[in-house]
Amino acid sequence: MQRRLTGSANDPLIRARYRRESRFKAYSITALFVAFAIIVAFFTDIISQGYSAFWRAEIEVTLDYNERAERIGRFAIPEDLREIVSRGAVRSIPLQIRNNPALAGTSRTEWVPVYSRIDQYLKGKEELPPALVRQVDELKAAGVIRTTFNWAFFTSGDSKLPELAGIFSAAVGSLLVLAVTLVFAFPIGVMSAIYLEEFAPDNKLTQAIEVNINNLAAVPSIIFGLLGLAVFINTFGVPRSSALVGGLTLGLMTLPIIIISTRAALRAVPDPIRLGAFAMGCSRWQVVRDHVLPLSLPGILTGTIIGLAQAMGETAPLIIVGMIAYIPEAPTSIFESATVLPAQVFTWASEPRKAFVEKTAAGIIVLLAILLTLNATAVFLRRKFERRW
Amino acid sequence: MGIGLTTLLLLGALAPLGYLAFRLGRGKALQTMASGISMHSRPQQYGWYSVVWMGLPALGVAIAAALLSVFGVIAPSRELVLIVSLVVAILGLAQGMRAIRPEVRARNALDNIIRWLLLSAALISIITTVSIVLSILFEAMRFFREVSVWEFVTGTVWSPGDTFLEAAGRGDEVGEGTSFFGSVPLFAGTFMVTAIAMATALPIGLLSAIFMSEYATRAQRGIAKPILEILAGIPTVVYGFFAAITVTPIIVDIAAFFGLDASYSNILSPGIVMGIMIIPFISSLSDDVINSIPQSLREGAYALGTTHSETIKKVILPAALPGVISAFLLGVSRALGETMIVVMAAGVRPNLTWNPLEDMTTVTVNIVYSLTGDLAFDSPQTLSAFALGLVLFIVTLMLNLVSTYLVRRFKQKYD
Amino acid sequence: METEVKNTTSAGAATMAQKVETLPSERQTATPEVKMSASDLNLWYGDTQALHDINLDMYAREVTALIGPSGCGKSTFLRCLNRMNDLIPQVHIKGNVMLEGEDIYDPSVDVVQLRTFVGMVFQKPNPFPKSIYENIAYAPRLHGTGTSRSELDDLVESSLKRAGLWNEVADRLDTPGTELSGGQQQRLCIARAIAVNPEVILMDEPASALDPLATATVEELIHELKDNYTIVIVTHNLQQAARVAGYTAFFHMGRIVEVNDTDTLFTNPKEQRTEDYITGRFG
Repeated sequence: MQRRLTGSANDPLIRARYRRESRFKAYSITALFVAFAIIVAFFTDIISQGYSAFWRAEIEVTLDYNERAERIGRFAIPEDLREIVSRGAVRSIPLQIRNNPALAGTSRTEWVPVYSRIDQYLKGKEELPPALVRQVDELKAAGVIRTTFNWAFFTSGDSKLPELAGIFSAAVGSLLVLAVTLVFAFPIGVMSAIYLEEFAPDNKLTQAIEVNINNLAAVPSIIFGLLGLAVFINTFGVPRSSALVGGLTLGLMTLPIIIISTRAALRAVPDPIRLGAFAMGCSRWQVVRDHVLPLSLPGILTGTIIGLAQAMGETAPLIIVGMIAYIPEAPTSIFESATVLPAQVFTWASEPRKAFVEKTAAGIIVLLAILLTLNATAVFLRRKFERRW
Repeated sequence: MGIGLTTLLLLGALAPLGYLAFRLGRGKALQTMASGISMHSRPQQYGWYSVVWMGLPALGVAIAAALLSVFGVIAPSRELVLIVSLVVAILGLAQGMRAIRPEVRARNALDNIIRWLLLSAALISIITTVSIVLSILFEAMRFFREVSVWEFVTGTVWSPGDTFLEAAGRGDEVGEGTSFFGSVPLFAGTFMVTAIAMATALPIGLLSAIFMSEYATRAQRGIAKPILEILAGIPTVVYGFFAAITVTPIIVDIAAFFGLDASYSNILSPGIVMGIMIIPFISSLSDDVINSIPQSLREGAYALGTTHSETIKKVILPAALPGVISAFLLGVSRALGETMIVVMAAGVRPNLTWNPLEDMTTVTVNIVYSLTGDLAFDSPQTLSAFALGLVLFIVTLMLNLVSTYLVRRFKQKYD
Repeated sequence: METEVKNTTSAGAATMAQKVETLPSERQTATPEVKMSASDLNLWYGDTQALHDINLDMYAREVTALIGPSGCGKSTFLRCLNRMNDLIPQVHIKGNVMLEGEDIYDPSVDVVQLRTFVGMVFQKPNPFPKSIYENIAYAPRLHGTGTSRSELDDLVESSLKRAGLWNEVADRLDTPGTELSGGQQQRLCIARAIAVNPEVILMDEPASALDPLATATVEELIHELKDNYTIVIVTHNLQQAARVAGYTAFFHMGRIVEVNDTDTLFTNPKEQRTEDYITGRFG
């Protein structure tokens, strides 16, 4: 008997169709692996460029508080080391002597950072003149130059000297901006969502608000920067570059995200709970306050965290409202000029000096670590409190 | 007195007044009830009722005064505003106390106030949109008073630099008519970078979505989806760094290998990196859409003896097409408005070319550079940022509206 | 036409002529030709067994109805006959299903080709979101049975005619299949299945989503199709089984309780459970 069901073995048409089938599947797998490969390449690239910035070379020098050092700090360093020690390390010596005259004439031994080019040479990233190479290698062999963890990267602000530059002031700026964003966008966002989901009649106004919110979520972020500039700065006179104007601008941007996720969380609370509360004689507001809000809180928080994480990584609108100022000292209020982490990354990335490349990448690593933590927290919250009705 | 201090003082004074109002209101209600008269609402509701009488008019006065001075109608001194507000608060409290009577429906009044409060919060989103439109439109109008719309739309030379000199009173140093605001080269750059981005993102994103929704097991999908979404969480400034520091040199090297000359601010590199950024948008939206195609359609195709890929290509993708188009449009809208990647990796020279290895500049780059210099706010170059922003806003708004419409139609069909 | 030729060669002309006007009572006298048969078929969803030792012969050019209460396994069994269950990951199957002497679960069997021999119509009409014409031309084009435009035109026309839909849609073949009424959609799905030129057509409650008028049309169609195809139909509706089917199998809890020609099963059931079910005492 002739078998009829083994098409792929005896029918060239079916064989061709199966070849197309496996080719198509291969394409789709390839696409996914290309995407994965890009992610791996991306993280490898950033980490390999940036991890070295978490270490820095220091040199042990005897600082001599002599008369010339009272005017120019560099003279406190032994002459042969002046090429090697960071200029920034001894900049404050005249001030120290003025504040504490007893220091004059004394000397002490201290570990201070080296000049950024020496640091880059020790990390194998830059070339030095041969004479300097010999000197540095000898100092290194003698244990006068050591490599330590670069705490200063986390504790100091921006600097024109790469070996001293850190992310502290930008981190404080980010915190202030996010605080303003949260204070502005969270209550308004949650209130809007409650209105739309629990109170709003189905009329033209409600529909207009809904269409509006969906569109706002898709407006390019730079447009919010233009809005911040024209409205907050030029019309309301909020100080340019301040955390306040940055926070408000990002707040407007985050608002739709918070509204949309809060509405989803409110909608997930089943109607029988509302009906039950109404049946007990609660007013609409009491139903929301006592029953719906507590149940939807985890969802609201998750959406808020995701919105804040997005705001935290935003740069373009903040550049427009002037938040790319050079800020060596951390701001102490929301009215002062400030910068934020991504803007700091941007500033460093535009620096031509090579030593700033690793700073930029290190800043990115810190930024990504924070964002990853925030998003992981959001996922964790959702998993932990997710309730199926 | 600073505006911050005034606000602090006002709130500082209103807080104890509020507490007082609550105690007095509740006290009056309790007293009335003790004398055997039944009241409509609970005592604490009368407390809140008198708080509202106290606080609302006072805050209204303060906000109205602030708005008046912002828009320059009149500028009352802050001390005066503070004092007037406090007087209004006390009058309000007195009126509130008088108003508390058994037949007053305090609970309903409170519910109404809360309702209005929530509505006004919801209106902020509308106000935001309106102020985006108005502020950008207003500044753009000022720009078009100096530069003709026709030149802006059709001109192929963008060189605002000389206008800057003119604005600085040195106009005679430059030849006549040397400031040009022809936006075509900028839009050409934006179009180019968007086209490259979508050419990268669409095949990778769509095919990944097909793999995840059609071929992958549940476990594979559970791993692949979050990994792809990592791409969506990376800040754009990071992509910009990646494009400028890593991808651009690679492209220049590859081009040199083929004997081609690529610029170090070529448009290809930001385009590709922008595409990488958009992959997760395309993949997750397409994945959702493909998943919402009913299983019965797949079974119908299989029962006719089709292979898996034939089912996907001939039945599932055509059915999912509106959703995929909508994902594509959203991706385009993101690419058009993307700023940091092009600011960091693309050029600043307006250049009308078809060669992606040359440097080109984009609309967003010019918005940023027009607004970060030390220019006077009313120089045409600064204002040009708003004209460009206006076009960007309108185009992305259109794309978004079309995309939402398509998705809604699609959902109605299969729900 | 090609369709006709294939059916006559594969089935034999003698039985064909006899089928046209046979009454149910006369059927038992003819020796029925077995088209498909399941023997000792067991099926598990993960760890739960859904089918137990199913043995059933399905005769050529006859309608076999599968009846039984919800969850009794009748749809699951139907889906075994063209291996639709392959799409569900946790299913595994023991036993065999023969199609004219070939075991369809043999590893060498090509599932795609199997389904061109054993077509299927589903409970809910599921036309593709394409034009009426494309709904029908789609599969023949893939299988290479219709290549030129005129061949396809003929095939679309003949399939629609057999499904009794031609007169209603002849002038609007370009409109989307999804815009037809429910009954028309279901007949379009039947036409779509016929266009592949199958030998067996499986129908999973084909009329349950339709109104009574559309149901009557579909039943009439089944009755006509019986002359050329082997039909296996799952139905909830006992009257429907009685109206369209020559043979009926009663499923309960994943087993076949009783199988017989329809008249006998309905008028003189051997098993108590069958009687209880057809008299409406459970199910």
